[in-house]
Amino acid sequence: MLLIACPWCGERDETEFHYGGQAHVAYPADPEALTDVEWGAYLFVRDNPKGDFAERWVHTAGCRRWFNVVRHTVTHDISAVYPAGQPRPSQESRPQNEVTA
Amino acid sequence: MTADVRVDDPAHPAPLAPLARLAHLRRSPLGHRAEEFEARSVPGPHGVRLREVPYLAQLNLRVDPASPAAARAGRVLGTPLPARAGRVAVTGGVRVLWLGPDEWLVVGPDGAAPAIERSLRQALDDEPGPAGAGASAVPPASVASVVDVSANRTTLELSGPSARSVLEQGCSLDLHPRAFGPGKCVQTTVSKVQVVLDQLDAEPSYRLLVRGSFAQYLADWLLDAMEEYRRGDA
Ligand SMILES: [Zn+2]
Repeated sequence: MLLIACPWCGERDETEFHYGGQAHVAYPADPEALTDVEWGAYLFVRDNPKGDFAERWVHTAGCRRWFNVVRHTVTHDISAVYPAGQPRPSQESRPQNEVTA
Repeated sequence: MTADVRVDDPAHPAPLAPLARLAHLRRSPLGHRAEEFEARSVPGPHGVRLREVPYLAQLNLRVDPASPAAARAGRVLGTPLPARAGRVAVTGGVRVLWLGPDEWLVVGPDGAAPAIERSLRQALDDEPGPAGAGASAVPPASVASVVDVSANRTTLELSGPSARSVLEQGCSLDLHPRAFGPGKCVQTTVSKVQVVLDQLDAEPSYRLLVRGSFAQYLADWLLDAMEEYRRGDA
């Protein structure tokens, strides 16, 4: 079980949260101009990195607020938690775990 | 349109008295189990008691904590809205629970909801702009809401020397006095049920505010968890 630090409530069990997928997926500036392929890519295609991934979580059983988390998809190491709407913290702010295949 | 004042006519809201006359028809989610709760409560120095406290007034308040409207709401309630996560402000018979950075639950005695709602609504209304000022001079209205959610949850009160120990069987948070205590509240899960947990005093006594449809299950779970503290006291 992950221990996730809600920006408001502090560390809570993963079971209090729900996952919201990749963070920072911007709504297209001009949706009408998109082709079906581009619209489909916006809706459904997401990054799938082996490593750090910025993703959205919501504290469903607590304060019900959305926020962003940088989580390593192999180690589950959470290197950053930050409010929704803020840019992803820079990689240099914290040494990252290097995972080799 | 007839001249009759209809109950659902927003221009002519019905007086509240008829609702009070119907109070005897109310059924709380656990009202039929009061005697059972009493019988299965455990007396003694390791005891723990369970009871339902039905029909508490509950109002959900949302407002920007930095806004003048939030300050006015605090003055009406008699206490500033608690700014820190998981804090409770107590004023008179009313408890103001932090639910989120811009959200609170105002909990009062049975029957108090209409009066609290009215006074909060007045407090949240923006003051009228200066006389004669054009529409463009009026600052943007504060975004705020107050909603009577009294029927959303019922309240279980768990108290006694072993109350914390019982809760800890189904709650992963640290409820030890070094981390939790009177004046603190938390939204979490107890045996997988979402609750608002509010510690009333150091005995300890806790309020568990729980959705009506989960109340039976939570009560069953608590009664079962309480059973092991009956060490031949009965
Ligand atoms: Zn939270």
